[in-house]
Amino acid sequence: MTAQAPISGEIERSGGTWRFAANQPLRLDSGATLAPLEVAYETYGALNAQKTNAVLVCHALTGDQHLASNHPITGKPGWWDLYVGPGRPLDPARHFIICTNVVGGCMGTTGPASTDPRSGAAYGLTFPVITIADMVRAQAMLIEAMGIETLFAAVGGSMGGMQVLQWAADYPEKLFSAVCIAAAARHSAQNIAFHEVGRQAIMADPNWCGGAYLAAGLRPDKGLAVARMAAHITYLSESALQRKFGRELQRDGLSWGFDADFQVESYLRHQGASFVDRFDANSYLYITRALDYFDLAGQHGGVLANAFQRARHVKFCVLSFSSDWLYPTSESRDVVRALNGAGCRASFAEIETDKGHDAFFLDDPQLHQTLHGFLAAQAQARGLA
Amino acid sequence: MSAVREDFREILSLVRPGARVLDVGCEDGALLELLTRDKGVDGQGLEISPEGVAACLARGLAVVQGDGDRDLDHFPTRAFDYAILSKTLQQMREPRHVLSELLRIADQAVVSVPNFGHWRVRWALLSRGRMPETGALPEPWWSTPNIHLCTLRDFTTLCDDLGLRIDACMSLADGKPARSIDPRQPIENWRAETALFLLSRKIDAGVVAAAKSDLFG
Repeated sequence: MTAQAPISGEIERSGGTWRFAANQPLRLDSGATLAPLEVAYETYGALNAQKTNAVLVCHALTGDQHLASNHPITGKPGWWDLYVGPGRPLDPARHFIICTNVVGGCMGTTGPASTDPRSGAAYGLTFPVITIADMVRAQAMLIEAMGIETLFAAVGGSMGGMQVLQWAADYPEKLFSAVCIAAAARHSAQNIAFHEVGRQAIMADPNWCGGAYLAAGLRPDKGLAVARMAAHITYLSESALQRKFGRELQRDGLSWGFDADFQVESYLRHQGASFVDRFDANSYLYITRALDYFDLAGQHGGVLANAFQRARHVKFCVLSFSSDWLYPTSESRDVVRALNGAGCRASFAEIETDKGHDAFFLDDPQLHQTLHGFLAAQAQARGLA
Repeated sequence: MSAVREDFREILSLVRPGARVLDVGCEDGALLELLTRDKGVDGQGLEISPEGVAACLARGLAVVQGDGDRDLDHFPTRAFDYAILSKTLQQMREPRHVLSELLRIADQAVVSVPNFGHWRVRWALLSRGRMPETGALPEPWWSTPNIHLCTLRDFTTLCDDLGLRIDACMSLADGKPARSIDPRQPIENWRAETALFLLSRKIDAGVVAAAKSDLFG
């Protein structure tokens, strides 16, 4: 592995890429194997002597391991910077916080842009199809390699929340508590439909070159930007979009053409254009596919409660946002009912907000308070000071 | 520290240490916290208000934001030793269903109900001809959440209908010590302002019903 020294400052941080040996492949749900596997990660804080304070934070579709450190490409603060730090729900003074880039990602963990050792070229579409369970299996390999037997908590929002649920199903013995925010136990038809629009936009871009754009020295930026624009709409509520932009114009008067007349158009174009700088189009295809394939009940005989039968000792906290129409409250309720049905102790709260799915990235006092209360109580139960 | 609420103190004395407890309508979690601290129970709350849920989470309690009318169905049978429903049965849309659900989920139920047969209630109705507003029922008719009020006799009749056994009953009144009572005594239907019941399924009731249906189809 390569690791950078902890960066001095208020948060003890380290990270790097964990390289698993060729004889330690990642076994995939599809039956394929992936080797050698590399997992890019960051950690914040220090593992205590008893190794009981590790928290795994799982990122969403377009997130990465830069949880609370500036992003190397955009220079922006980490995606959950607001919730990590002294006095915040995840506190490096108390927790050893781990965040990994998912398998299939494009920020250092093995993904379609990585080099296929057999060909010496980028995998492209020869990369095997991966699942949420595969992402979790890679995380479990890293945790084990770090010498950590049990996670104090697995925490995640959106796709990260799905990984948390998968952790509870596949590795309950390695979990003490679990926090699942704005997620669902399966992808709905509507979820799949939106992803299909994004994938088709990428594949319709001539620069995509059947997935071999890296070899051709091209990038399907237009297609990827459209995919991001469509997806971004699903992350916001109708009322938030209306409040933020209404019918406001970019300039005085209409252009009587197809320039970005409306502020909302300009905003979406900006979202699309800035996204392509930091994300790989094939990664977007693979990760959205993993999400679409996600169906935790389907993996357990069609009964969601069966997924949690071995997780009765795990304390769960499930949170949803009232205006999230991507993974609405009803989906979180289904998870909670299944947890109750399996005899698990679960907390559930619907956080009142009009900011839609993206609310989990934003500074929400109720989310702060809830996470803080839950994790503090679990820390006490775990014997962490 | 403020004095423990009278009904809480009684509930505390009824619950076995280390039991699994579901508190339906747990509000800010004050009772669950007491039960956890003093009795070491494994507790789970169900609460509809966001403020209550936030308060419970801040106390470190397991709480589900939900509704006693809708969300009991999802708990497995006999998942708890006790289900507590404190002063909210009369606010449920379907108290009969809720009561039988409580005793499906748990072996015993602790249920408290304000007694509409209390003499003050009867007197208020008789003398003024208006809906009573008393200590146990303080709201005017147009804003009261109490939509299914009953008397002590109504409640014991419902218990009989559902095949429930009354293991204990206490009369509660503000500022007075709790009194163990026989809720079927007519005088108690006048005297008890609020009654706290410990209920369980009649073990043989189900067996008898099953045997009957076997015999007579």
